[in-house]
Amino acid sequence: MHDPRLLLAVLSLPFLGAMIAAALPQAGRNWASAIAGSIAVAGVVLVAGFYPAVAAGEVIRSEASWLPSLGLQFTLRLDGFTWLFALMVLAIGSLVILYARYYMSPQDPVPRFFAFLQAFMGAMLGIVLSGNLIQLAFFWELTSLFSFLLIGYWHHNQGARDGARMALIVTGFGGVCMLIGFLLIGRITGSYDIDAVLAAGPVIRAHDAYLPALILILLGAFTKSAQFPFHFWLPHAMAAPTPVSAYLHSATMVKAGVFLLILLWPALSGTESWYLIVTAAGLATLLVGAWSAIFQQDLKGLLAYSTISHLGLITLLLGLGSPLAAVAAIFHTVNHATFKASLFMAAGIIDHETGTRDLRRLSGLAKFMPITATLAMVAAAAMAGVPLLNGFLSKEMFLAEALEAHSGTILDLVLPYLATLASGFSVFYSIRFINETFFGPAPVDLPRSPREAPRWMRLPMEILVLACLLVGIVPALTIGPFLALAVESVLGERTPSYSLAIWHGFSLPMLMSLAALVGGALAYRRFGRRLGTMDRSPVIGRLKARRTFEAVLATIVDAARLLHGWLGPHRLQVQLRLLIGTAVLLGALPFLFLGYSRGPEPVALIDPVFALIWMIGGLCAIGAAWQAKFHRLVALSLIGGAGLATSISFIWLSAPDLGLTQLLVEIVTLVLLLLGLRWLPLRRPAIWPEARMPLIVRLRRGQDLLIALAGGTGMAALAYAMMTRPTADSISRYFVENAYPKGGGTNVVNVILVDFRGFDTLGEITVLTIVALTVFTLLRRFRPAPESIELPHQQQRQNEFDRAEEDRSHGDTLAHYLFVPRIIMQWLFPVILTFAIYLLMRGHDLPGGGFAGGVTASIAILLLYMAGGTRWVESRLDILPLRWMSFGLLLATGTGMAAWIAGYPFLTSHFSYAAIPLIGDVPIASAWLFDIGVFAVVVGTTVLTLIALAHQSIRLPLRRKGSEEQASAPERSA
Amino acid sequence: MEIVLSLAIGVLTASGLWLLFRPRTFQVILGLSLLSYAVNLFIIAAGRLRTDAPPIVGKGPADPAAYADPLPQALVLTAIVISFATTALLVVVLMASRGLTGTDHVDGEDGEP
Repeated sequence: MHDPRLLLAVLSLPFLGAMIAAALPQAGRNWASAIAGSIAVAGVVLVAGFYPAVAAGEVIRSEASWLPSLGLQFTLRLDGFTWLFALMVLAIGSLVILYARYYMSPQDPVPRFFAFLQAFMGAMLGIVLSGNLIQLAFFWELTSLFSFLLIGYWHHNQGARDGARMALIVTGFGGVCMLIGFLLIGRITGSYDIDAVLAAGPVIRAHDAYLPALILILLGAFTKSAQFPFHFWLPHAMAAPTPVSAYLHSATMVKAGVFLLILLWPALSGTESWYLIVTAAGLATLLVGAWSAIFQQDLKGLLAYSTISHLGLITLLLGLGSPLAAVAAIFHTVNHATFKASLFMAAGIIDHETGTRDLRRLSGLAKFMPITATLAMVAAAAMAGVPLLNGFLSKEMFLAEALEAHSGTILDLVLPYLATLASGFSVFYSIRFINETFFGPAPVDLPRSPREAPRWMRLPMEILVLACLLVGIVPALTIGPFLALAVESVLGERTPSYSLAIWHGFSLPMLMSLAALVGGALAYRRFGRRLGTMDRSPVIGRLKARRTFEAVLATIVDAARLLHGWLGPHRLQVQLRLLIGTAVLLGALPFLFLGYSRGPEPVALIDPVFALIWMIGGLCAIGAAWQAKFHRLVALSLIGGAGLATSISFIWLSAPDLGLTQLLVEIVTLVLLLLGLRWLPLRRPAIWPEARMPLIVRLRRGQDLLIALAGGTGMAALAYAMMTRPTADSISRYFVENAYPKGGGTNVVNVILVDFRGFDTLGEITVLTIVALTVFTLLRRFRPAPESIELPHQQQRQNEFDRAEEDRSHGDTLAHYLFVPRIIMQWLFPVILTFAIYLLMRGHDLPGGGFAGGVTASIAILLLYMAGGTRWVESRLDILPLRWMSFGLLLATGTGMAAWIAGYPFLTSHFSYAAIPLIGDVPIASAWLFDIGVFAVVVGTTVLTLIALAHQSIRLPLRRKGSEEQASAPERSA
Repeated sequence: MEIVLSLAIGVLTASGLWLLFRPRTFQVILGLSLLSYAVNLFIIAAGRLRTDAPPIVGKGPADPAAYADPLPQALVLTAIVISFATTALLVVVLMASRGLTGTDHVDGEDGEP
């Protein structure tokens, strides 16, 4: 049973479980835990099933293409070491889930907890099973994210929020560094595949980029594994629910850093820089963690610092670089996970049953919870390294390695002493943990009266402690084969011979171990009493890593604010000036440095008509700029002039499609702006009290003019330089050559839009739809300015006239206004509509198409509105722009998806000719259906936008008070 | 021809930029329209100027040299329609902003004009 695809199941099951748990109601505590538990157990079974294959030395790989263009595969990989790790993640995961079922209070949103926990488990498995580095980095960040959510699970608690944020920032920072390091490795080896990277070890170590890559990757591993000086986040993460700490902060999350170090050990270790950095960080962490653990008053705080120190020990071992040390590191990783998880569970039970974790308040609990006390004592003894327990074995290996000479530096001399010292500390805090919690007089004044934990809550602890004992007593029969498997897959040919016996005779490590045990016990006897009065650890407590972290964070935030203050002025005009000024300057730089010259191509003779058109067009543009403030209608007409010149230019320059579309869009834009004009305030020329402009305003306008002129000159110069140079060979060639053979249309522009680049067009019509819906939504809540609410001046005059005359009723003048043109406009409706359909139909072969046709159709509808008024049209015609839009989008997307049925990629078009009697051969292309979709969307969006605007005028009287008379007037909108 | 079109692009850009810097929303909208004319013409110019050569091919093998460059045209065609949509959005935002703040100043408050 080792189908590689099962690996995918192992990885995806927890994520699936997370989604199910997330969907459960809050009361679904039992369901959530049952599902989570069964998924974890299923994972254990699946992974265990790979044992025969892995034991045979096979590396199981399962690949799927992910980003083939970047050479990235989604690879899952399982060798001996990752097998052991995956099994550990899943097995301890199932125990933690069982424990959490009883730990979590029914008042908490428990399904959410299990959703996060399972997602975290999946992410952790993702790290372990990843077959390439980028994928590993992805899951790495995912563990950071889910650990953030888990630490901050009790988000009403300030400490939990701060701790979660700190963990996320520190590990996230490391993750980014690590990713850059991986990219460097990828650059060196040419592959992100882990097997390829491991095989390229010598190449990597000899490369110039080795050191930066190493430092970056180590930053990732150290932040994750809470190595000094990044250790400070771990104690703050203790605000998490205890099952989270038992899982993340003992067995998994913090082990990810160690995992990475072991995984890449064959490729990266063995150099002096590796030795110095990793050993130093590990040693510092070992001592700082162990020392600080002694002085904690919080049970979980003690365990957190102890975890830091044990992680330091593992890192130190890996830093030493010898194969035996690596064996010890792998062994200790597993051992630490078992005893630390059980100790965290014990701390959780104590907290759960007594209501406090304060060592100063706890006392004599052994009488109340004898079983928990026994279990905790065995686990703590394993942590202290007492013989016959698993912690003893790996600590013995560590001490033996500490004695070996590795570098010939002073480190060799001091390491044995420091290692013994750290072991002594470990004994010290283990005794303190047990003694102050379980022994002494009965506790007084606890929040709850202590009692034994429920049976099923103790079971996970019992299993873990049993594992500690079995591994400690008969290592060769229990962990032996699995450890050998893991070690061999990491070390390969370098696998050393080691022995897992508990008794190696009276050796030096044995003596060191003994010295640590006796020394630690004596020290506790001598100083233990005084610890309760200390509120921080001596010496190390001065480092205040947390305060430094917060200061750095505050500095970054302040700097960002400062920068925002400088670069992000609140006034739009200043922003635009800065932006455009910078753009103009940057655009001018190449010309200023390299000089300006026109290109070699000859220019065409100036056609006087074209020149005349642009003389008028240019004057229109300048006039519009001049008049836009006080004479809006004039400016609007002048803009139309410039637009007309543009349309003519398009046609002149062989772009009939553009000319047509521009002209049509020009019309709807004009209507749009005219509709908007109604809501603008009257602009009065006399603004300045002294009737002359202040100097500052004149200066500012001068500056604007200067930037505008510079921009215009620059664009003109750039355009001229560009047009006089030969074109590069572009993809246009392909479009022209294949428009008919592959697209079935002779209008290349249309074929590009609906066929070659159909996906872009689909995106564009989606944008159009979104804009129209936004306009529609914004206008539903539209509140006009008070002075714009009155009817337009002209309509008021007309109504007054109607009232004054005897034989006229209200609204008559309005109804007869421009009567003849209105009739003509109404008659034109079918004509324009036919023209629109004609444009749409011929679009594939001749100028036209969905865009032009759509705009034309909406113009037809607009004219109808203008002629008859909103109410007149809507009482006769149901125009449902939303339906048009959704029909269009569905048709366009559906046409694209139809290609899937035929087994082609999305939006592949098909065409053939159908012979229709009388009309002849008619091209039937699927692209044409797509174009109908475009047509419908354009009609829908244009009409929806303009009608929504037009409706504002007839909506208003209803909202106004005290003028019911006008409310009945037949206002017109457009 | 090239010089005329360059000058046209220049004049449109300069007028558009001037309007873009003005304090009133309506002016800014007109400025954006002028700028979009300039940019669209510029993109068309990137395909070089051809007269009487619209990219409508025959049914036989087509010679790319005989036609104006269709690619900038396709780009500009979508740009024209999108610029209508953005103008519409801006007009509505300006209306809403004027209704909410009581002024048509771009910053929503009447400082110096």
